[in-house]
Amino acid sequence: MDKFTTHTGIGVPLRRSNVDTDQIIPAVYLKRVTRDGFEDGLFAAWRKDETFVLNDPAYAAGSVLVAGPDFGTGSSREHAVWALMNYGFRVVISSRFADIFRGNSGKAGLLTAQVAQDDVELLWKLLENEPGTSVTVDLGARTIQAGDITCSFEVDDYTRWRLMEGLDDIGLTLRNEGDITAFEQTRPAYKPHTQPVGQ
Amino acid sequence: MAATLAEKVWDAHVVRRAEGEPDLLYIDLHLLHEVTSPQAFDGLRLAGRPVRRPDLTLATEDHNVPTTPGPITDPVSRTQVETLRRNCEEFGVRLFPMGDAEQGIVHVVGPQRGLTQPGMTIVCGDSHTSTHGAFGALAFGIGTSEVEHVLATQTLPLKRFKTMAINVEGELQPGVTAKDIILAVIARIGTGGGQGYVLEYRGSAIRALSMEARMTVCNMSIEAGARAGMIAPDETTFDYLKGREHAPTGADWDAAVADWAQLRTDDDATFDAEVDIDAATLTPFVTWGTNPGQGAPLGEAVPDPERMGDDNEKAAARSALDYMGLTAGTPLREIAVDTVFVGSCTNGRIEDLRAAADVVRGRKVADSVRMLVVPGSARVRLQAEEEGLDKVFTRAGAEWRLAGCSMCLGMNPDQLAPGERSASTSNRNFEGRQGKGGRTHLVSPLVAAATAVRGTLSSPADLDAVETA
Repeated sequence: MDKFTTHTGIGVPLRRSNVDTDQIIPAVYLKRVTRDGFEDGLFAAWRKDETFVLNDPAYAAGSVLVAGPDFGTGSSREHAVWALMNYGFRVVISSRFADIFRGNSGKAGLLTAQVAQDDVELLWKLLENEPGTSVTVDLGARTIQAGDITCSFEVDDYTRWRLMEGLDDIGLTLRNEGDITAFEQTRPAYKPHTQPVGQ
Repeated sequence: MAATLAEKVWDAHVVRRAEGEPDLLYIDLHLLHEVTSPQAFDGLRLAGRPVRRPDLTLATEDHNVPTTPGPITDPVSRTQVETLRRNCEEFGVRLFPMGDAEQGIVHVVGPQRGLTQPGMTIVCGDSHTSTHGAFGALAFGIGTSEVEHVLATQTLPLKRFKTMAINVEGELQPGVTAKDIILAVIARIGTGGGQGYVLEYRGSAIRALSMEARMTVCNMSIEAGARAGMIAPDETTFDYLKGREHAPTGADWDAAVADWAQLRTDDDATFDAEVDIDAATLTPFVTWGTNPGQGAPLGEAVPDPERMGDDNEKAAARSALDYMGLTAGTPLREIAVDTVFVGSCTNGRIEDLRAAADVVRGRKVADSVRMLVVPGSARVRLQAEEEGLDKVFTRAGAEWRLAGCSMCLGMNPDQLAPGERSASTSNRNFEGRQGKGGRTHLVSPLVAAATAVRGTLSSPADLDAVETA
């Protein structure tokens, strides 16, 4: 995973709450067996509407999405994160994220910056009044800066550290493989196995 | 120290705990399906890592499978299913493929084989993994990176969840079911209300539910934003498990039951939040909007967005009514549907099919309605056929299908056409969830079946009595 320290890019105001992962990428686009190419399904239904924000050339090259509360609800599909990243997004700003989406983002390298809804409203206004405005997100300082707006965002310490170091979770866990093996010795004998019974 | 059910199961699975790090939790059972696993297996291959515990891993084919006989015709769907087969073969993972007597929706298969047991940690790359919490397991959906992590290490690093008690006390009225309980819970706390929490469903109304009904409740915990929902195991749980293929036997059974009986929230334990619901006040519940929190009792009307709380809620309701083609003030009972879907990991088990069959028995599906009945697994299908339920449905004019996720999500051939409206026993009414432009009303199996007969959203109480010859 690439290290993430700061990012500056065009902000995209998505004035919607409850953006579920079926909206981010509908199920019919989930059939690929790779991690790339999912940008074609990003917001597929909404992109057919010519007034949708990403269809405005001023925002088309955006990389910082600013969305309403409860972003990423519903299905656990990590394809939603891949679709955003494949399109070019590096940061999503919202006042509340769904748990699974946020976890997936942290694993895949997409920063989810949680701010107060008032800050979302300020950013929306700025980005709508001045399309193409750049937003700078500083993960080290946990700050967002755009125009005259500066605000802080929340991200947990562990995810921040992993993103800044670009660390692979599995590698980290396997450093403690001895603990896993030791734990396995203590599991009750009655716990089920998936193999056919009797084998 | 006093602990809640969720905390007890969590604490029993901590492999490693260190300051400033998430807990590393051991995973007892990892379920796989074709959609969220290919990139995870690819990751293993790239890093040269094996599956650590194939004996704690099980795969099924469900999301892409057609529910009519014959092979998958969509080449991209077929590739995904074939990729799962190759991966399972290469990494030694047991798979129930299409056509196998054990195939079915992943969350129906685990419980019916007795693999889902109290006190376990269970994960799957599917948010409805919360279903398995009905047994007192800590079960939750994960993304593909986490699927790879579990395949490689049989563990997950996780930040501890908060706990929320959902107390449902009292007795349900006739015709009110587990689905109505959970839809009412989601409408109460909202789609983000459970965010960061494990929900524990408690109270006399929950205790009175069968195992299958408990699964329906826990299944939709994710629609309230909670990753997991749990119900403490009791005699109902033990009776369900006893004798199932993977359930313990002999001395193991006794040891297991002794442990399982400890799996309840201590009397002096505290939850981070509590919600009280009076079961006696609940009535059949349906959704009118485009998220599962936008629901109301069937006896009410489509709500007026202008009378809602904040601006975000108003805007969301306006946009939902626009998408759904509904007008505020229309009685919900007057909404006509084109399609009725009975099935999914929420309501595709044998009791759901029996409930729906009881309503349509001796009646006819309205001419304007197509009704699809899709068993949650091949075993459920077989059982239903032994009971003659397939005949009840087909005589009424419904279609009787093979097991799969079917119309719950627009990924296989079973989909709504743009503008079509459904009453569906599934779990999500998101825009386009059942097919591009499709409009979904979430309902219980009883409401689904009654709606199929009358053609508009209805409960069995709205139907004329069946004439007996």
